[in-house]
Amino acid sequence: MHTVVAIKQVPDTSNVRINPDTGTLIREGAPVIINPYDVHALEMAVRLKERFGGKVTVLTMGPPKAAEALVECIEQGADRGILITDRKFAAADTLATSYVIAHAIEAIQAEEPVDLLLFGKQAIDGDTAQVGPGVASRLDVPLISYAIQIEAFDPAARRAIVHRRIEQGIEVLETSLPALLTVEKEIAAIRRAPLPNLIRAAGYQPEVWSADAPNPFDPASIGIKGSPTIVGKAFTPPPKEAGELVHVADVGLAAAVSTALAKIAAAGVVATLPAGAKGGSP
Amino acid sequence: MTAQPTQQTRRIWVFIEQEDGAPHPVSWELLGAARRLAAELDAEHAVVEGVLLGHQVAPIAQEAFRYGASRVYLIDDPVLALYRNLPYAAGVSRLVQSYQPEIFLVGATTLGRDLASAIATRVQTGLTADCTELTIDPKQQILAATRPTFGGNLMATILCRQRRPQMATVRPRVLPMPQPLAEAAGELIREPLDMAEEEVPVRRLRLIPSQQQLNLEYADVIVAGGRGLGGPDGLPLLEELAQALGGVLGVSRPLVDAGWVSAEHQVGQTGKTVRPKLYIAAGISGAVQHRVGMSGADFILAINSDPQAPIFQVADLGIVGDLYQVAPELIRQVRALQGGDDHVR
Repeated sequence: MHTVVAIKQVPDTSNVRINPDTGTLIREGAPVIINPYDVHALEMAVRLKERFGGKVTVLTMGPPKAAEALVECIEQGADRGILITDRKFAAADTLATSYVIAHAIEAIQAEEPVDLLLFGKQAIDGDTAQVGPGVASRLDVPLISYAIQIEAFDPAARRAIVHRRIEQGIEVLETSLPALLTVEKEIAAIRRAPLPNLIRAAGYQPEVWSADAPNPFDPASIGIKGSPTIVGKAFTPPPKEAGELVHVADVGLAAAVSTALAKIAAAGVVATLPAGAKGGSP
Repeated sequence: MTAQPTQQTRRIWVFIEQEDGAPHPVSWELLGAARRLAAELDAEHAVVEGVLLGHQVAPIAQEAFRYGASRVYLIDDPVLALYRNLPYAAGVSRLVQSYQPEIFLVGATTLGRDLASAIATRVQTGLTADCTELTIDPKQQILAATRPTFGGNLMATILCRQRRPQMATVRPRVLPMPQPLAEAAGELIREPLDMAEEEVPVRRLRLIPSQQQLNLEYADVIVAGGRGLGGPDGLPLLEELAQALGGVLGVSRPLVDAGWVSAEHQVGQTGKTVRPKLYIAAGISGAVQHRVGMSGADFILAINSDPQAPIFQVADLGIVGDLYQVAPELIRQVRALQGGDDHVR
């Protein structure tokens, strides 16, 4: 049983600060984390390993600093961490990124067959949700996005039953293996890392793959060259003009509320409020 | 009325999403945007066309014509009765290769996101997710797709200069719903799928339907609560206000993370984008991640005890006060206005 988990180190977007003059991200001092959905993907992989034996390989594309994210994954129970890093990969969009990840998985697969591929449903910095599905298309494996539960998993029969959340409810799918799942947080709850993992992680050095070695990537498919999209411009959302403020402390509760209802009625936006209303009489 | 395809025909495509024979309204929103883009791009040669997949779904094409498609490409096959990534992606990708649209818009729904990335990868083109604005760059004559990034803290305009089609997804309710024509004719082009059921590696065993069909995205009135509620006990109060106004309950992310309410009520960057006529934000501070999901409302009433709360920056009217006093008073006065059936005067 061999699971490959793809992760991304991202800025903690709940803590992002924007330079109001330039409209760009202030990166200095911005904390980085493993994309939260990816942590749950890894947890799922570790739980399957505990049940069926085998190993968990984690890979990431990113700057050299992303090695620390892989060490965290070893703490959580991964066996092997691969950092794909090279300046030539810079400015990759989702198409170029899915190429790099898919090509790396093919190289891993050549060493050791892969039964399952797990990705977070999306990364919180870009929120595109495109890389996982893109990798599935490139590898020509079944895709199950927005997975919330693995109901049954049979590595010998090469079949799995997976629940995914869709707009109408929960869809229960049977798939052949290997398959690629992009997961929601419910897929598996995070546990505290056990001590032996922490000890192993303390001395762990992730493997580093460049654009040329040990598995050369197609130069035309990576980085800027491999990316059909570019950022034309970036800007902070323009602020809207704030509306009037009514203070309950100044005008009293009933008057504050009747003022609001009169404004809503005057705007004519709600059929359940008569447009001529002046606010409810106390 | 149908434009005859010529060498210069510039196709703007919209994926017509349907499930169980019911079209998703985002498809019509996208057709509205596509018509505007066609006029901006090249009024003479640009055409708006729909792409429809499913089983026995041809009647939906008629609706697409009424929303502005001059032509619909239909792949109707039992294998496509339920959405699955592989047959849908393979079918649409082949249409793209045959007809070479210049722009291709897809709804950023669960289905649309799953599908669009697979198509973009297969045809090796650029895809911009969750756009909030689509225009034609006047100088380069290409699609300028603007989207929030870094959790809504930054907006980026994305261009796809060389490869075609230029693909983009847009969430439901981000674009306005166009008025359909009373009658319209268009051309229906049927294409084969050429895929047998045995070739599809995934099958649906069952569907567990959601207990409640909450249609937050298309609600006219939303009463939403945030961290200021202090606990789950305040939610029934907001539900009562929502009911009085004929609306539904929304929440900001912390309430879902705390497990007080299910994720289908969540408004914002990681929840739903909504565009109600009235949005009441009670006890919501108004972080940018929430605002990007609701700032398209026609009228926003914010209730917060903190006059500095960022939610007041997007509100049309703000009440500075305790929501546990303001909400009951709102319910009382709304009922009084409506005739006060169950209200003691």
